[in-house]
Amino acid sequence: MGGSLNANHLLFLGHGALWTIGLSLIAFAGGGIAAFIIALCRISPNRAVRIVTAGYVQLIQGTPLLVIMFLSYFGLSAIGFSISPLAAAGASLTVYVSAYLGEIWRGCIQAVPKPQWEAAEGLALTKAERMTKVILPQAIRIATPPTVGFMVQIIKNTSLASVVGFVELARAGQIINNSLFEPFLTYSVIAVIYFALCYPISRLSRRLERRSGLPRIKPVTA
Amino acid sequence: MNLILDFPAILERWPLFLDGAWLTLQLALIATLLGGVIGVVGAMGRRSSNAVLSRICTIYVEGIRNTPLLVQIFLVYFGLASLGLKFSAFTVAAAALTINVGAYTTEIIRAGFDAVPRGQIEAAEGLALSRAQIYWNVILWPGIEKVYPALTSQFVLLMLASSVTSQISAEELTAVANYVQSDTYRAFETYILVAIVYVILSLIMRAGFWALGLVIFPRRRRLGTPL
Repeated sequence: MGGSLNANHLLFLGHGALWTIGLSLIAFAGGGIAAFIIALCRISPNRAVRIVTAGYVQLIQGTPLLVIMFLSYFGLSAIGFSISPLAAAGASLTVYVSAYLGEIWRGCIQAVPKPQWEAAEGLALTKAERMTKVILPQAIRIATPPTVGFMVQIIKNTSLASVVGFVELARAGQIINNSLFEPFLTYSVIAVIYFALCYPISRLSRRLERRSGLPRIKPVTA
Repeated sequence: MNLILDFPAILERWPLFLDGAWLTLQLALIATLLGGVIGVVGAMGRRSSNAVLSRICTIYVEGIRNTPLLVQIFLVYFGLASLGLKFSAFTVAAAALTINVGAYTTEIIRAGFDAVPRGQIEAAEGLALSRAQIYWNVILWPGIEKVYPALTSQFVLLMLASSVTSQISAEELTAVANYVQSDTYRAFETYILVAIVYVILSLIMRAGFWALGLVIFPRRRRLGTPL
């Protein structure tokens, strides 16, 4: 008990911040791959596939990430699958990101003007060619600002991994607070570190949004 | 490994879950109402010609939107305690959620206000409406009507985020789940059940906002389309 915030504490927080970044990258990579599959399934010509993925998205978007986190850590170990806090946090965040980012990307793919799809079909491109050569290059440009913006959500939500005992920034703060008992100071420092991580990304997202206001490809008006 | 799920053991505790769900809804409603008011005031502040006022509102919005709710809850909880003020966990939870959602609402409503065409305001000025009348009739309600779907999503997200207040032992749904699973050792069934309850709560909230939208935006009801 007692003492004041010193260099060792800051080092420990720095270590936690690195894990916050690491966990965010895991969530973004894993969630991104899953989100891409979900986005494609949501616009699939097969009705059953569309309905099942829509149900998945509704289910995940209607459940708090915290409950997903508890379910994958305590729930799975209660029925015999013991997983580490890192695996539980990574898996929960992946599931969470897949549902939200999948919907964002579906919107972006569908925002590519209809004539582009028709023109690709008119040029007798296969479905795969139409996607990879015509639609996705344009969809990526539309998707960049909201995706960067969503990365801020991911970073903030990694703080919930602290509830399963994974030592990222928020958990590191709790541990330090348990020895210092200076909660207001400790959590203020934590908040400042999160802000320093998130604010530049928020700014970048907004700048990209403004720039994309001027489309480099003129929309074809049919 | 034999997997035996025992939902009846969890379901017989239904009064606890009902209480938790009710508290979650209460938290969500309080934060929605107060956060909505903050959102309107904050949006007016951000658009204000007073540079200091607009700066303060921007700092509030950016500060909240770029830090995790969990840390904000701890800051409010321990901040009030270090000032020597004692409140119940529920009050602290409601305050923290209000501060949090107020910032997001400010940003959404500001976008709605900005989307009101300049010509509408000029027309209102031409009709000699007072500044207050213009703000109320031409900017506030049409602006909110434009962003109403975004507000609905934000408030549903807030209801889900209220689960985080279980960390300061507010007795809402997730806290009830934590208690039940530590009592029954049936963590899997408990959290599955609670996840289903949250999905139902979010459907209820969406339906509620849809109905409210029909009441407060009569033009939308008559035309059947947004502005």
